[in-house]
Amino acid sequence: MDTQYETVIGLEVHVQLRTHSKMFCSCGADYQLMPPNTRVCPVCLALPGTLPVVNSRAVEDAIKIGLALNCKVAETTKFDRKNYAYPDLMKGYQISQYDVPICYDGYMDLPGDPSSRIGIERVHMEEDVARLIHIPGQDGEAGHTLMDVNRAGVPLMEVVSRPDLRTTDQVEAYISNLQMIIRYIDVGTANMEEGSFRCDANVSIRPAGSTKLGAKVEIKNMNRIRAVTRALEYEIARQTEDVKAGNRVVQETRGWDDEVGVTVSQRSKEDAHDYRYFPEPDLPPLRIGASLVDHIRSELPELPALRKDRFQQSWGLPEYDAALLTSSRTTADYFEQVVRSVGAMAKGEMSAFAKETANWLNGEMARHMNNDGTTNVFDTRIRPENLAVLVGRFGRRELNNAGAKQVFGEMYRSGADADDVIEQQGLQQVSDTSELDPVADEVIQANPSAVRDYLGGKKTAVRFLVGQVMKATRALEAEPLMKELFEYRFTEGNGLAGHSFGNLFIAAMSGVTGNFEQAVSESSRVLKVTGRIVPSTLWTFG
Amino acid sequence: MAPGAWTVTGIRAAVAGGDLSAREVCAHYLDRIAATDGRLHAFTTVLREAALARADEVDARPLLGVPIAVKDVICTRGVPTTAGSRILAGYRPPYDATVVSRLLDAGAVIVGKTNCDEFAMGSSTEHSAYGPTRNPWALDRIPGGSSGGAAAAVAAGQAPASIGTDTGGSIRQPAALCGVVGLKPTYGRVSRYGLLAFASSLDQIGPLTWTVADAAAVLQVLAGPDPRDATASTEPPPDLSRLFPGNVRGTRIGVPRVALADGVDPEVLDAFGAALAMLSDRGAEVCDVDLPHMQYAVPVYYLVAPAEASSNLARYDGVRYGHRAKLDGAAAGVSEMYARTRSEGFGAEVKRRIMLGTYALSAGYYDAYYVHAQRVRSLIRNDFDRAFAAVDAVAMPTTPTPAFRIGERIDDPLAMYLGDVFTVSANLTGLPAISLPAGLTQARLPIGFQLVGRPFDEATLLRIGDALERDAPWSDERPPAFA
Repeated sequence: MDTQYETVIGLEVHVQLRTHSKMFCSCGADYQLMPPNTRVCPVCLALPGTLPVVNSRAVEDAIKIGLALNCKVAETTKFDRKNYAYPDLMKGYQISQYDVPICYDGYMDLPGDPSSRIGIERVHMEEDVARLIHIPGQDGEAGHTLMDVNRAGVPLMEVVSRPDLRTTDQVEAYISNLQMIIRYIDVGTANMEEGSFRCDANVSIRPAGSTKLGAKVEIKNMNRIRAVTRALEYEIARQTEDVKAGNRVVQETRGWDDEVGVTVSQRSKEDAHDYRYFPEPDLPPLRIGASLVDHIRSELPELPALRKDRFQQSWGLPEYDAALLTSSRTTADYFEQVVRSVGAMAKGEMSAFAKETANWLNGEMARHMNNDGTTNVFDTRIRPENLAVLVGRFGRRELNNAGAKQVFGEMYRSGADADDVIEQQGLQQVSDTSELDPVADEVIQANPSAVRDYLGGKKTAVRFLVGQVMKATRALEAEPLMKELFEYRFTEGNGLAGHSFGNLFIAAMSGVTGNFEQAVSESSRVLKVTGRIVPSTLWTFG
Repeated sequence: MAPGAWTVTGIRAAVAGGDLSAREVCAHYLDRIAATDGRLHAFTTVLREAALARADEVDARPLLGVPIAVKDVICTRGVPTTAGSRILAGYRPPYDATVVSRLLDAGAVIVGKTNCDEFAMGSSTEHSAYGPTRNPWALDRIPGGSSGGAAAAVAAGQAPASIGTDTGGSIRQPAALCGVVGLKPTYGRVSRYGLLAFASSLDQIGPLTWTVADAAAVLQVLAGPDPRDATASTEPPPDLSRLFPGNVRGTRIGVPRVALADGVDPEVLDAFGAALAMLSDRGAEVCDVDLPHMQYAVPVYYLVAPAEASSNLARYDGVRYGHRAKLDGAAAGVSEMYARTRSEGFGAEVKRRIMLGTYALSAGYYDAYYVHAQRVRSLIRNDFDRAFAAVDAVAMPTTPTPAFRIGERIDDPLAMYLGDVFTVSANLTGLPAISLPAGLTQARLPIGFQLVGRPFDEATLLRIGDALERDAPWSDERPPAFA
């Protein structure tokens, strides 16, 4: 970016609400997974004679969004008709809000950038349109278009920012923070790929230091957050070049072509639609009582930015962990339930426990949920107090990493108690060494090259072999015999060339036990492969 | 009729005629069973309570067996609903309008759909794609419009009542020109759900009947809250059956004399004066009222109504229902399909109003036309509110002239529009209004007498109307050709 010029960006984001029914009729709004045209009625199909009725839940959700973005809420608001003709628009007009939006004059502070406060001009209510699927013609035949009316009438909120964004980083932060807020206040999924969150941008450039806005270009058709930043980068460069070449930027609407990586002119200012807005006569103005607004405000959850700060302060979590945890309201709630379930602890201890809990939630839990598509951690089978048990025992080193993951996996699968799983799977202490025997045998058999490497003088190979035993047995670092064995190979690794892994074990054992005879017997006990553990020489060991 | 001699057809006639209630009939038989079955033992079960409850239910149906005609802009499930337009030729709605459901629940029988100006745009029913309706009093004349079919059907005895719609006078004007009672209820009194919208903020459904009491009986069924119409009043209507016989002693009726000074046919003025005199004789107090902004009502109406219509009619695009132009070749795009479909589907008057309305809403003109018209609309409402501080109803002729000849004004839309001078105010203000027969011209053409009332005070209009009807020598007049 040329420092001679400043970029000015404003975003218009359409957020689909996840209400039970559509904006103006009682059809289900859960169109995403439904067969085409199964969520339709005379109203959303705009059959002659039908009338809209406002979904009061959608109004409440709009107020929620507005309050979460520090907006004022209109005491009286109204709907307007936006008239234009396109086959995805059933009535020939969209019911929207023109000059009196339900929420206005708010702001969003960008996370991690306390100096940048982005103004929110307005939040208004409207309805989605039908989905058209264009089927191109083949062999010279004419193409055709399929129509799915399920989406027509699904509540849409348009969040319009002021032209306060200056960089694509800010744009990215704004979008992801807005998505997070939408999910936090539980009004929508805010998913760009599935179309429940759509972003158009107005971009202009001006000489640095100028306060006048340049001719703005509206960019449409950006379906991923990456597309937004790429399109904006392209557009900023294009406009900068234009200006540097002494040309004027033309006010127009351009579409982003993600494959080619360019914006393409769609509509000039002269061709702009005249939407002929006028007040929707089928819907009386809405009066929004102060008590409703107060009620909604009181029910608003603590928003992610504040919650992140609190997580850092209360539990000493690193900012990264706190931000990740609080990016999902349910995960943050779950986290709080885990840490609150363990009762009083010393501050340092609690902080360590919280950090460990954060690790498990952001790590294993997120991984498992991602694998099976679970989005709400409370929908998993692991209850918070149960996770607290696992985290506690892991923290006390009663379980090693692999074992704890194993326990977690079982808890995730079956919903069983952590203690029960540890008990049943014998993951706590492998006191019965007979379990190790066949495993060690297998490891030796399965890793001849590692055995050869070690015997050839490659010290670290033993680490691999013992690791294999431990992994296969989920054996614990706390197992004294293994632990000592483990330590032993670091000090006594030399001079073992020419010996089998069995010898190595015996050597290790004698190092641990201090006695060759005992070492053989211990090795036999540990590995229970007596018949094969035959020391090839005795004199090497003393 | 002696109970012992009751027959199925006799009972049916007695109940239908109101000589006996279904409950009385039922109670008679239940008593007889009680008195005799001890000896006879013909019954194993007697459903005394259930039978009486069912009889009550049947009795409670206020329009049981009453045939009613419905204007063709109101949806009737499975029955063609064309709005008098080619664009909806053969269109059968999959649902009943709220008023139709209510009529059916009340036991009414819908005998048919009546002709109208296309999408209710017109004052003569000449603008129907299916041909004009004739006035039963003079077949070479228009019946008025847009509910011309509904008015003519009642006047000619084809149905005792019909359901019309009134956006700028479309119930009252044809009622006046056909010599029947036509009531436009207060905006919001009757649900518009299922009414093919012309101008949403003005449209209202109401009855056309031969008598005022019948209008009250039908309105009682039509009226009431409807969750499907956000503009419908949440207040249930009062009991309208207790108004009769109408007493007007002390009722104050205001007359906007200034508005009657010009352009009103002398015979219409005479009839208007005679009706007022009759009410005055009955004890009503007649005085002058000033409605200074009513002179702007017609221009305001012809901005607001077409503006809303231009948007309301956008859905008739050939994509989902109704007429779609046959296009040749694959090259034709969706714009061409729209243009051809709408060119073929809509008639001249509808196109004229779509263009007027589109213009009035366009960037650069919106403030000068639509917004300005809405402001004057508020001033007109203020005039009426002020008038109602002093009077209970405002009286005017319904139309400045009696029915004109078919074709007489078809090429002069402005003359046609100016005929709405006395009716459009009630729509712009949302106020209830009724047109009552007020006698005939020398050429035996009906004249209408109109009353406008306070919001939701249809009762006063019906009460005054009933008083006039009882006194009027013309009340039994029927169109000679259909007597």
